[in-house]
Amino acid sequence: MVITPQRNIVSRTWGTSVGKKSVIAVTGIVFLLYVIAHMIGNLKVFFGIETFDAYSQHLREIGEAIFGYEGVLWGIRAVLVGSVVLHMWAAFSLWYQAKKARPIGYQHRQRWEGSYAARTMRWGGVIIALFVIWHILDLTTGTVNPLGGDESAYLKLVASFDRWYVALFYILAVVALGLHIRHGLWSAIQTFGANSALKQNALKTFAFVVAAVITIGFAIVPLSVMTGLVR
Amino acid sequence: MKLTLRIWRQASPEAKGKMQKYTLDDVEPDMSFLEMLDVLNEKLVLDDKDPVSFDHDCREGICGSCGMVINGNAHGPQKFTTTCQLHMRHFNDGDTIDIEPWRAKAFPVVKDLVVDRSAFDEIIKSGGYISVNTGSAPEAHAIPVDKVSADDAFDAATCIGCGACVAACPNGSSMLFTAAKVTHLGLLPQGQPERATRAINMLATQDELDFGGCTNVGACHEVCPKGIPLASIAQLNHDVLGATLTGARSD
Repeated sequence: MVITPQRNIVSRTWGTSVGKKSVIAVTGIVFLLYVIAHMIGNLKVFFGIETFDAYSQHLREIGEAIFGYEGVLWGIRAVLVGSVVLHMWAAFSLWYQAKKARPIGYQHRQRWEGSYAARTMRWGGVIIALFVIWHILDLTTGTVNPLGGDESAYLKLVASFDRWYVALFYILAVVALGLHIRHGLWSAIQTFGANSALKQNALKTFAFVVAAVITIGFAIVPLSVMTGLVR
Repeated sequence: MKLTLRIWRQASPEAKGKMQKYTLDDVEPDMSFLEMLDVLNEKLVLDDKDPVSFDHDCREGICGSCGMVINGNAHGPQKFTTTCQLHMRHFNDGDTIDIEPWRAKAFPVVKDLVVDRSAFDEIIKSGGYISVNTGSAPEAHAIPVDKVSADDAFDAATCIGCGACVAACPNGSSMLFTAAKVTHLGLLPQGQPERATRAINMLATQDELDFGGCTNVGACHEVCPKGIPLASIAQLNHDVLGATLTGARSD
């Protein structure tokens, strides 16, 4: 079989399933780093309204002297939006390839289908994307927040989670995020070729711990509002 | 043992297949799974019916010819075991057993449980070899190989190309097969000159032949009769990404 050489690095990467997976892995790591920073920021809610709102304001003023007001923030947002597009584009392309690879399925359900986290990567990812849209409308723009857009970040957060169904939806979404990270982080390490038979269990445990810390770190905020710890 | 079998019957590649029910009353627990099918086929022949077609050759678990999905399990319920080495004692009297062919676009059904696995030959042709001049064999100790590499290469080389990895993969990917070949040759000194191009060319062929992409689920390793480690896929990824970054090419 004659293989046409792919001379350009973009087409070389995008031209293979492993290349597309590496795009998913790199953008996934971008999200993971963002999510960890976001979680640390969220936890400032336990230090009171002044600290939290000052942090929220600070995010808009980082590097203001060079990039202007909200300059860095918009830069981060641009990187995240670009990553979302690449992450989902590559994932949908591989989803389509996988669908095509088995046009006729089995009559007897496959016994070994992998972990729950592995099986829910695709739909779980779609659910997380839908949640993020709601999340931005709620706490960034304030469109669906009871207090609207121009209130203090702390008060918007409390007002939003005072609605039990919103808090519950948020907790379910971060559990979905945790599952996605659990398989995604391990999978990214494997895609970068860093796995070995000896390290495999340790790497899977590492991904599980990171996922668990992030899930708890996010879920603790709505739980604290629901239990009245944060008012 | 008395068994009810539901077997995929399909007369030709174009024909529409369906699950057909058979009952067997005299199955011995010591029979292998293929012997059990032989008993069924003898009965079918005596009844003037078309026997069930299935692939088999050595019946010793080393040739990679046999393979069927048994109750949703490629090669059946016993780990590290090919269908021919699976014995009926792993089933219970009165069981209903579903038997289906490997399912993948790249493995079209030829007849009943027989699938065409030439796609694996295409993958091998695109890089599963080393180029050496024929003639007298060089002295075996001329090129030292460290023990870890030799062991890992040998583990990968135990792949018999049966296709169970493809059958079990939720994405219909042949990644474990391709990775076993790339790891086997890529870890040894003789495999180094073609290491980068081998990885990208074999992967490109796999993608082109309508196999799915790997999502690191691990079902392939669970059903692999030779227990090829999932880490061999990391080795393939490593070589492919290295070749992608450096722009390795074979022409």
